[in-house]
Amino acid sequence: MDQESIKDRLVSKFGDEVVQSAVLFRDQMAVTVPKDLILDVCRFLKEDPELSFDFLSFVGGVDWYPKEPRFEVVYQLYSITYGHRFRIKTKVEMAEDGRGHIDSVVPIWPTANWHERETSEMFGITFLNHPDPRKLLLPDTWNVYPLRKDFPLEGTEEDTPDLPRATHAAPDQPSE
Amino acid sequence: MGIERHLNDTVHVTNLEWFVNWARKSSMWPLGFGLACCALEMIATVVSRYDMSRFGMEVFRPSPRQADLMIVSGTASKKMIPAIRRIYEQMAEPRWVIAMGACACTGGIYKNYAVVQGIDRHLPVDVYIPGCPPRPEALLDGIFQLHAKVMKEQSIKNPRSFPIKAAT
Repeated sequence: MDQESIKDRLVSKFGDEVVQSAVLFRDQMAVTVPKDLILDVCRFLKEDPELSFDFLSFVGGVDWYPKEPRFEVVYQLYSITYGHRFRIKTKVEMAEDGRGHIDSVVPIWPTANWHERETSEMFGITFLNHPDPRKLLLPDTWNVYPLRKDFPLEGTEEDTPDLPRATHAAPDQPSE
Repeated sequence: MGIERHLNDTVHVTNLEWFVNWARKSSMWPLGFGLACCALEMIATVVSRYDMSRFGMEVFRPSPRQADLMIVSGTASKKMIPAIRRIYEQMAEPRWVIAMGACACTGGIYKNYAVVQGIDRHLPVDVYIPGCPPRPEALLDGIFQLHAKVMKEQSIKNPRSFPIKAAT
């Protein structure tokens, strides 16, 4: 199915307001959808028999600082059944607590687990209802988000010490 | 045939310190330990084209207890540092450290939050080998520099010791 038809199918299910913007670049469509609908859209894209996006290639983040809304989460989809690809984007604003918040798509594609953990630690975006919200690569004690645009190249000695320090509280751990 | 033919059944006198240094530099066993792409050049130094066994160094030890030389070959990320320090701490004295490659010397191209900006922040480095990665000839040259340094050490009078506290 070509990119326009995939978008049309999405619109026929959710209505016009689901497509906030659609950019066709080198035969690949990037559709921006509302943040609240991300779970429904993803579930539809996976379960619709004619789309059948059964493989989530990648989840990543973008920091558009100083634009508002500041963050963007990008989902790269692939259908093993039909061999077609699609790209979904969602704008995520920075909340009062200095983080973004968006629903996790792990219930739909389990592979999103580690992708979301990395996006979470690098950009400071919380994935709600994530089954395992720990950091993936960075030390647990770090309290900074290195891939944000306002992060200094190396960080400070305080924020990114060579050796782990016990004094820093782990930020991403849910309190029991 | 062997060395006994040259000794001519006589007594030979030498300096004990020189002899200890000579024994150390002639059988300096490196630790089998690689961090990044430099490790491949280190491996190339061991195999037949460059053949480090010519200098008594072919025995890469899997255990730090049996190793004399740590070749820090590659990028040391900050999460790796506790492990590297612990391995160094487990090596028996006397022990030597070579910082191999730009990353181990200074952090190299990785001027960022994740990479240690030079392994000498944490370990006492004896020889720095620049290059990205250094060719086996460069590593061999660095090892010869280290051998020359070992031969100048006061191994009896003033034995070297660099205790560091391993990270928890």
